[in-house]
Order: sequence, then C-alpha cells, then structure tokens
Amino acid sequence: MPNLKKSLKKYKWLLLMTLPGIVYLFINNYIPMYGVILAFKNYNYVDGIWGSAWAGLDNFKFLFNSQDAYIITRNTFLYNFVFIVLNLVMAVLVALLINEIKDKVISRFYQSTFLLPHIISMVVVAYLVYSFLNVDSGLINRLLTKWFGAEAISWYGEPKYWPYILVIVNAWKNVGYLSIIYFASIIGIDKEYYEAATIDGASKWKQMTRITIPLILPVITTMTLLAVSGILRSDFGLFYQVPMNTGALIPTTNTIDTFVYRAMIQSGDIGMSTAAGFYQSVVCFVLILVANAAVRRINKRDALF
Amino acid sequence: MALNTKSRIGSALIHMFFWAFTIVSLVPFILVFMVSISSEDSILQKGYSLFPSQISFAAYHFLFNDFSEIAKAYGVTIITTLVGTVISLLITALFAYPLSRPDLPFRRTISFYIFFTMLFGGGMVPWYITYVNMFDLKNTILAMIIPNLLLSAFNVLLMRSFFASTIPESVVESATIDGASELKIFFKIVVPLSLPIMATIGLFNTLSYWNDWYNCMLFIDKPELYNIQYLMTKTLTNIQYLLMKSNSSAQVGDLLAKMPRETVRMALAIVGIAPLLFAYPFFQKYYISGITSGAVKG
Repeated sequence: MPNLKKSLKKYKWLLLMTLPGIVYLFINNYIPMYGVILAFKNYNYVDGIWGSAWAGLDNFKFLFNSQDAYIITRNTFLYNFVFIVLNLVMAVLVALLINEIKDKVISRFYQSTFLLPHIISMVVVAYLVYSFLNVDSGLINRLLTKWFGAEAISWYGEPKYWPYILVIVNAWKNVGYLSIIYFASIIGIDKEYYEAATIDGASKWKQMTRITIPLILPVITTMTLLAVSGILRSDFGLFYQVPMNTGALIPTTNTIDTFVYRAMIQSGDIGMSTAAGFYQSVVCFVLILVANAAVRRINKRDALF
Repeated sequence: MALNTKSRIGSALIHMFFWAFTIVSLVPFILVFMVSISSEDSILQKGYSLFPSQISFAAYHFLFNDFSEIAKAYGVTIITTLVGTVISLLITALFAYPLSRPDLPFRRTISFYIFFTMLFGGGMVPWYITYVNMFDLKNTILAMIIPNLLLSAFNVLLMRSFFASTIPESVVESATIDGASELKIFFKIVVPLSLPIMATIGLFNTLSYWNDWYNCMLFIDKPELYNIQYLMTKTLTNIQYLLMKSNSSAQVGDLLAKMPRETVRMALAIVGIAPLLFAYPFFQKYYISGITSGAVKG
C-alpha cells in the first residue's frame, strides 16, 4: 500500500494528464453503455431514464415480431458482405498496379486523385449522385433518352436499382483509400525477395501471387477482420444522405442504423430503437470476439488482441 | 526484345487503367461544376452536361446576392472546426503520452478502458439521450464539438504507438533527473519531437469537424446554428430552403419563380466543397502518410 501511494504521488501529473480523456470516454461511451437499460424500459420524457417503468422484453418482442428486424438485418448484412469482398478485391488490385508504376511523381498524382472521394462528406456525395440520377435533367437519364432512345428512369422512385447504386457509390468513395493502405504495406516488403525471384526467372504475375500477396496477407487479414466484425454496422451517411432520405427507397436502403434513427426521431419510440441498437452492438461484439479468436488460432500475430 | 515490348504494352495498359480510374474519381466533381456555370435555360432544355452549351454565372449571382445564410453556416463550421481540432488534439496527446510510458501505474487498465469503447457501445439512442437530457447540449454550438468528434479511441492508440516508438526513454529520464516536471517534459520535449503525428491527427480532426452534418442533424433545430454541411443537406432535398428564412411567404413564391433552381443547387455544392478542394493539394501529402502510418500497425 505505501508503495502504491508513493507511485501515485510520483506519477500524479502523468495520471492527471489522462483525466480529460478518461472523463470524456466515460460521458461519451460508458454512460450510454449503461443507458441500454432503456431497451428494457417504457421510456417517457417526464420520468426520464431512471423513473420510467420497466417493460421487460416487450421492446425486443415488438422489434422482432415486426417485418423490420429481418429486413434491416438482411440489408445491412448483404450490403456489407458485398462491400467487403468487392472493395478488397479492387483495392488489392489497384495497390498491386500502383506498385508497378516506377515514376514517383505520377504514382503520387494517382494516389491523391483516388483519395479525393474519401475526404468529402456524404452530403457532397449525395449532391454528386444527384447530378447523375436527377430524373428530369440528370446526366444518366439524358444519356438514356438521347443516345439510347430509352425511357427516363425515376431513380429516386425505384428501390430495385439502389443496391447497385449504393455498391458503386461505396466503392467509388472507399477503394482508393483502401488501396493506399495496401500499397503502403507492399512498399514495406524487402526488395531482395523480388531480386531473387527475378534471377530465378519468375514472371511478374508469379511475383505478385507468390511474394506480394502472401506478404501483405497480415494487413488484409486485419482489415477484413475489422470489416467483418462491423458487418451489422452501416455507414449512416451512405444509406441516409445518398438516397436523400426518400420514403419510396426505404425497402432497399434501410439498414439498422437508419432504422434506429428513424424510429427515434420520426416515431419517438425510444425503447424499441434502443433495443435495435443494443441488438446491433451485441452481435458486433460477439462477432469481433469470434473473428479474433479464429484469427488467433491461425496466426497469433495477426490477431487484434 | 520480345520481353521489352511485352512489358511496354503492360505498362501502357496500367497507365490506361489509372487514367480511367482518375476520370471516374474526378468526373462527378466536374459535372457538378459544369452544371453550376450553365445557364438555367440550357439545363432545362438539354439537361446536365459535362460540356455546357451556354455559360452563365447567374447561379453564383443568386447565391452571393443574399450570402448571409451561407456565411453564417460557414461561420459555424469554421468555429467548431477550429475549437474542436485544437481541444481534440490536446486531449488526445495528453491521453496518449502517459500510456506510452512503460512505467505508468494502471497502464494496462487504462488502455483496456480505451480499447473497450472500440468493441462495444450503447448505441445511438442512449448516447443521444445522455447529451440531450443529462448535459442539455441541444441547440448549443458545443453539440457540434463534443459528441463523438472530440476524441477518437483509435487516434489515441495511434498516437501512443508513435510516442512509444519515437521518444527515446533516455531523454525523458535525463530530463527527470534534471528536475523537469512531467508537464514540462511533455510540452518542451515530447510535443516538439512529435510534430508529424500531431499534424496527421490534427488533419484527421479538421476533416471530421469540417465534414460533420450528423451531430448538427441530431442536436440542432435552430437554423441560425446550422453548419455548412447541414445547410447543404437541407437544400438538396428542398431548394426553397435557401429562401424561406430571410423572406416572407409571399416573397418566397415570387423569388422562387425567378430562382435558377437546378444551377443554384449545384453552385451551392461548389461553394460548399471549394475550400476543401483548394486546400487538398497542400495537405494530401500529410493525409496519405497519415493513413499509411496508421495502416502499418493499426
């Protein structure tokens, strides 16, 4: 005990430095964690979090008895699944090709252009998409009617096109960013591997598949692991801003996050929306533990923790 | 010889691929810009085009004619970005440095305390209620600074590993022997040695404040507190929004008839992204190295 007291005194300032951060995380993260009890309550503003009556599992029953729970889970899962696979393949391909460009200036130029979509907000993305899909004057409809003599499509009124649109928009925004991450790990590979392979007469293709890809596998694993554990989390902006919060598109653009938001803001159903958010958090938590354990078994060094 | 031709074709194909990729990345921006400088008539007749048939700056005249809404929204964005970035950088660095010291008591406990927030969360609703009911942040400028944006657990861990790998222990030790206080060591030795990571995290913070519309959408009802991103959100779905606040309803109808709607919308998008696009060439280098440093040991 005197030891602890002595070290507390010695490290007083260092520990005090961490205090703002600790307090912040307590407010921003830990109080809301406790707030999940709202999922088991019948919340009303007058009685507040503590005073509202308990509702048992009613909120969950209500959620899972509706069609919504299935649809939003399916949408979130399928979108993420496609995003993960497609973005991984494209990003690794782009990274491999950037590595083939020997001119540093040109390589830099390409990298910064591909990154541009990643730094803008989803609001701006929504504007960009609107300029293509606007029914009356959007670029795509103009091309369809003028060049192909086809009927104009009411893009913001037809849910069936949106899975494709959102996959494209997501790839447009993120592939450049991901490819730079993979490219960075490719640069880190020791050049001697390639020199030895060239002497042995290995083709470029062989070098890519036998040296580069195996050596960046740890980064691929980590990135994919992170993505898979968040498979029930969605990019709220992508699913809310890009379809411009259009009612007609909800069947194919509603994910858990947009559902929770609409249930809270538009219907004011605090208990049920908390329950949906809690369901999402728990599944994600379990997934990350399972995924991490799986990676640990294969190769301990690639695991996150 | 044959090998040489083959590799030249290969390299030409790679460049073609990248030119295509570059065009795909840039075309949406160019389209929005071209529409914003088209005349409203040509848009109504021919639709949006990458090659405007009739150039007109009417949309910008319209926007700059009554610029107060946009200027106000920009003001909110600039204030929240500046204040938020500075405080965030300070808290992050103060948090990360002690954790990089191997001798700190409770080091593992505190690290786990941070890491756990990345694994589990209470969800958006309790988070929202915490800020609205317990801290009364609704309709305050703090609501666009504090919730979620002020501290990222990921950035703390990123900075911690930077400190751990670049600040030599011997320097800290000798400064301690010379009687320097921990705060002095931090501000006089650690911070000056860590400018690259400070620039990177500061840039990440700046971008997330600048681009934020989510907090504004959730916490702000008062139009005079809207930031530029949220003003853009409102205007995308309802172009009349730009007119509604400073005019009576009779005037709105009148102005709406004269307003070049399609081009104004796109001009607003350009006004909204211009600062970021102009700044991008200057900070892209730091941004790229920031992403890659995070990737090496994320």
